[in-house]
Amino acid sequence: MSDTAPSPVLAADGTPLKARLARAMFRRKLDAFLLVSPLLIFLAVFFISPIGWFLAKGFHDDLFATEMPNTTAALADWDGSTEPTEAQYAALVQDLVETRKKKTIGKVATRVNRELSGARSLFTSSARRAARLEAPFKDSLVAVKKKWADIEVWQAMKAASRTFTVGYYANALDRKQLADGSIVMQPEQRRIHVKLFLRTLEISLQVTVYCLLLGYPIAYLLATLPNRTSNLLMILVLLPFWTSILVRTTAWIAMLQSQGVLNDLFVFFGVAADEARFSMIYNKLGTLIAMTHILLPFMVLPLYSVMKGIPPSYVRAAKSLGATNWTAFWRVYAPQTVPGIGAGAILVFIVAIGYYITPALVGGQDGQMISNFIDFHMRRSLNWNLAAALGTVLLGVVLILYWVYDRIVGIDNMKLG
Amino acid sequence: MKLKQLAFGVATAITAATAAQAADTITVVSWGGAYTKSQVEAYHKPWMAKTGNTIISEDYNGGLSEVKSQVEAGNVKWNVVDVEYSDAVRGCDEGLLEPIDHSVLPAAPDGTSAADDFIAGALPECAVSNIVWSTIFAYDTSKTSGVEGIADFFDLEKFPGKRGIRKNPKANLEMALMADGVPAAEVYDLLSTPEGVDRAFAKLDSIKSEVVWWEAGAQPPQLLADGEVVMTTAYNGRIFNAAAGEGQPFEVNWDGQILDFDLWVIPKGAPNMEATMDFIAFSTDTQRLADQATWIAYGPARKSSGALVGLYNDGKTEMAPHMPTAEANLANALVNDFEFWADNQDELNERFNAWLAL
Repeated sequence: MSDTAPSPVLAADGTPLKARLARAMFRRKLDAFLLVSPLLIFLAVFFISPIGWFLAKGFHDDLFATEMPNTTAALADWDGSTEPTEAQYAALVQDLVETRKKKTIGKVATRVNRELSGARSLFTSSARRAARLEAPFKDSLVAVKKKWADIEVWQAMKAASRTFTVGYYANALDRKQLADGSIVMQPEQRRIHVKLFLRTLEISLQVTVYCLLLGYPIAYLLATLPNRTSNLLMILVLLPFWTSILVRTTAWIAMLQSQGVLNDLFVFFGVAADEARFSMIYNKLGTLIAMTHILLPFMVLPLYSVMKGIPPSYVRAAKSLGATNWTAFWRVYAPQTVPGIGAGAILVFIVAIGYYITPALVGGQDGQMISNFIDFHMRRSLNWNLAAALGTVLLGVVLILYWVYDRIVGIDNMKLG
Repeated sequence: MKLKQLAFGVATAITAATAAQAADTITVVSWGGAYTKSQVEAYHKPWMAKTGNTIISEDYNGGLSEVKSQVEAGNVKWNVVDVEYSDAVRGCDEGLLEPIDHSVLPAAPDGTSAADDFIAGALPECAVSNIVWSTIFAYDTSKTSGVEGIADFFDLEKFPGKRGIRKNPKANLEMALMADGVPAAEVYDLLSTPEGVDRAFAKLDSIKSEVVWWEAGAQPPQLLADGEVVMTTAYNGRIFNAAAGEGQPFEVNWDGQILDFDLWVIPKGAPNMEATMDFIAFSTDTQRLADQATWIAYGPARKSSGALVGLYNDGKTEMAPHMPTAEANLANALVNDFEFWADNQDELNERFNAWLAL
């Protein structure tokens, strides 16, 4: 019945037990944190920051604004429809002289060329003579190249002068941002990316389905055979898995090409005439066959590990209660393998959606995927901003699909082993 | 006592290491296959023997992306890169390449300065040409005969079967127009108009269903040898090597060939600049360029090398008639217009890719 507050429980050395406990907990947390910190640093440096940097490249491009500050300022309030003024021409000439001196005119020219083909030589050749130009700048610049009177060139510069631009994302989705900020469709003959995104999804989905159809019986066989035989068979699954993708793809080229092993057999058995051999490679069919083969182990292994854990007594019990083989399989066995199917399907699908090397080698013209175009813009056209935008759209698609998958199948149902 | 020995050992090791460092190591990057072999034999080996330096030879597939990533990351590993003309111009424009002082290049044996000795246009600001190569079309004489000119390449009725074509609009659009009857001199004027581009694509359309696309220079001879294609466009040197070196019955048709330079460039901020420039000057002197032609059928970029070109390294094939620059081969030839491609490649690539994917 004391009305004083309960005194804190003290440890042997007189400090409150609660504080000691907190300190001990903190130490343990710190230890744990120190243990994982190398991994965290590694992830931050080599995974998260490059992705972030690349995502930013898709909408951030300050090249024109940095190199051509006067023109950028002069264009800031211009709406893209009126004739450019003398002041704008003067700013442009000033910038051309500066960039020529700094040797950055090429970068600027390349940037504007992305908005308007043919602008590159206009910029580089005019910059060579810009230092000798005199006012009025409009007339003298047009005298150098007639094209400078063209409002199109100014609209292209206006589009390039935006530091934060949706232009690359618009392009990644077959649209185009005009000088006044509005977004319109690209001309028909340049619409390609949406088509490729859809084709990428379609190919990945098909590959996933084929892997499931082929992998399920194999995994079942592996899981039900006696250990000695199944270990032997397992080697047949693992050996290709350990072989380089390049080697396997090249092997498929040797198998499928028109003078290849399969076609020779077809001709030998009279299935095809010698001059009408099947084209099974350098097209979508080739991509599907090679990718299905390469990704098959990603389906078989999770399925196998799940099936291995299903007690055979369940099916026996079902049969003893009068179920036919089919009912026992379909109502008792198959539902238990769903976590394996889920794991295998999402593994194969997500690996397939970013696949690059196999379509590049055997895809021909209709078996290309969006990753081949990301590669194209990284390596050939050097338009890293567009590559970043395409990559981000692809990442977005994957995340959305993952979310849908989680809602339908449930990610907790996935089981890798 | 032991400590002293250890210290002595370490000291010797360090001295030895610094002594070894005195010789420079540079990395030279090129396109691989028979072409790189010709450079190794004609340039790398004699230079290494002369200077005691080491060359690491790497292969790549063209383009500037590796150069761009090395320069932007501030970690340049490559010293010398063999590039196409449009890439040399573009890389220079974008500040990815070191400007080269052409006055250090050796003069011709008769005293003609390098500037006059190189073929016109062979020395742009940031590069030094080493060879003239060309895109041609070729076929297997044991299976195909009676091919007259570039028009036959696009004639599926006369010569049914698959065609190998580089997956790139460059050279293809020009060849398509020439096959459509446009004289070489008018090709680029026409391609600068939308109608001209449409016409070129329409011509390509006529064989699109029968095309096998290739990307690396080693592929077309392989496609021909495999019987995968009846005719293919290719780099002339690769076909020559398959024919003269491996005895394949391949024949080059020079009608409608498209000439181009290959050039040495130095990525901006490359290490060992002195050794690098020394290598470039050494490898592009008159004798070295002529030597290279004994290994592959690409023409030297110096006029004075022409007279020194002799036999192929098999000791019996005369090289001169196999050079793209040989008089007889120039009848209907086109020189690649780098300015046109630097200006229009983004748009034409996009259109080409869209056309491919349709």
